[in-house]
Amino acid sequence: MRTGDQIFAGLSTGSGVLILAILAGVAAFLVVEAWPAVVAPADEVPGGAGVTVYIWPLLFGTLLSAALALLIAAPLAVAIALFITHYAPRRLAHGLGYVVDLLAAVPSIVYGLWGIAVLAPATVDAGAWLYENLGWIPLFAGPPSSTGRTMLVAALVLAVMVLPIITAVVREAFLQTPRLYEEAALALGATHWEMIKMTVLPFGRSAIIGASMLGLGRALGETMAVAMVLSVSGGVSINLISRSNPSTIAATIALDFPESTGIAVNTLIAAGLVLFAVTFVVNMLARVVINRRRDFSGADR
Amino acid sequence: MAKRIDVADLNIYYGETLAVQDVSMSIEPRSVTALIGPSGCGKSTFLRSLNRMHELIPKARVAGKVMVDGQDLYAPDVDPVAVRSQIGMVFQRPNPFPTMSIYDNVAAGIKLNAKRMRTSELDEIVERSLRQANLWDEVKDRLDKPGTGLSGGQQQRLCIARAIAVRPDVLLMDEPCSALDPISTQKIEDLITELKADYTIVIVTHNMQQAARVSDTTAFFNLRGIGQPGQLVEIGDTATIFSAPANKATEDYISGRFG
Repeated sequence: MRTGDQIFAGLSTGSGVLILAILAGVAAFLVVEAWPAVVAPADEVPGGAGVTVYIWPLLFGTLLSAALALLIAAPLAVAIALFITHYAPRRLAHGLGYVVDLLAAVPSIVYGLWGIAVLAPATVDAGAWLYENLGWIPLFAGPPSSTGRTMLVAALVLAVMVLPIITAVVREAFLQTPRLYEEAALALGATHWEMIKMTVLPFGRSAIIGASMLGLGRALGETMAVAMVLSVSGGVSINLISRSNPSTIAATIALDFPESTGIAVNTLIAAGLVLFAVTFVVNMLARVVINRRRDFSGADR
Repeated sequence: MAKRIDVADLNIYYGETLAVQDVSMSIEPRSVTALIGPSGCGKSTFLRSLNRMHELIPKARVAGKVMVDGQDLYAPDVDPVAVRSQIGMVFQRPNPFPTMSIYDNVAAGIKLNAKRMRTSELDEIVERSLRQANLWDEVKDRLDKPGTGLSGGQQQRLCIARAIAVRPDVLLMDEPCSALDPISTQKIEDLITELKADYTIVIVTHNMQQAARVSDTTAFFNLRGIGQPGQLVEIGDTATIFSAPANKATEDYISGRFG
């Protein structure tokens, strides 16, 4: 091999190894630092009932807010991506795509500010309405919050935050639907919407799942927006419109870490380890789902 | 099934550019008409105006008449989607839906048109279509596998099965063999000859031997010059066009002197 080739091969191998080393380093740090909290006597851990009891409500809050956000954002993102790629006039589509990309670059603290200053007060009436009319559903069991700093609002803010990234990825995938297949559908007598159902959506299926997982990852780890918006009381609750909500792992770490010492620090790091593991599992599940129907994915062969 | 096509004074545009000028021709039912000519002469564009696929390109439009059994495809009250469901099309590159199984590919058109149908009925149509496309024996054991797993020639026959499953009036083929090897090409050509019994077939081809082998009528398209619109130079009985063309340009093209 020539010297240049060797240098380049070495550099790229090194980069590949580096990413693994970083991942292993982070995992090792989390495990080592979390361990004291795991083995500590239950009454020394914050809350006084052991590390599992401490982390479980936080994990629940994290999953609930992220899942809810995804539930709102994913269908909307697909619809926006479809509009941009297949319905909007070309000039409008161009501008819209640009705006969506810009939204993805807005720092999360700005969304947090918007959530607490605008969205939360604006949803107070809606919360009361949900309580009165749909109160028999446990999700809206109330009593409704008078500040609007509810799980529902936190999830809405998270949804707005993850919307651009999902839209951007899905839009790219939709644009890559080969014209060949779209024409095949149209020539069979498909309407515009039928063509989209037959070709664009199946073709973009992997991208939709992948993008949703990206969004879920961001929602799971989102710190500032949730820390600012959510009114927290601890405990596990699926009540979306009350003022007592479980916090999330990331927000709790951010809020509590500066004032923690000793075993409390280890406990927070143990929570971080759980979050790390959850995002790992989410990503692996996404890959399993994407690979399962690879034969039909439309990938070039 | 198998309807007659009469084209009168058809002008086809891309935006302001006139791509094909003043085409008039009649296509007999249960016959194969080959459209030949050099690249860029507008024969594919003309073909795509016969099932209103041309207008899917932004700003593309058509002026003139295309009558199928007396019904003008471009009349204001005609739904282009309905036109396309009655006039089947096979493309240059095989394009079975990659996200669908072989079975679903063939059933795709039927599911679009008639929403509800019993499974047994659908099974029957799928088998009939695949048999007509001479593909049944090769795929009957793997109907649930993706269509993209087949060879290029099989994929193209799958596309033909998909097109004829809805029993269209007309079958349009846009260079259906240009991406295939000689053996697959021959199978498709045999198939075209068989399908002629039931369908009106219009085929665009760059292969002169193919036109001579499969078609009853041949239409020669040409450009008068660079930047000029394509025109129909001559149309006639295939044997006549290939042995004694009326036009000098046709003779030059067929004998391989240009194009």
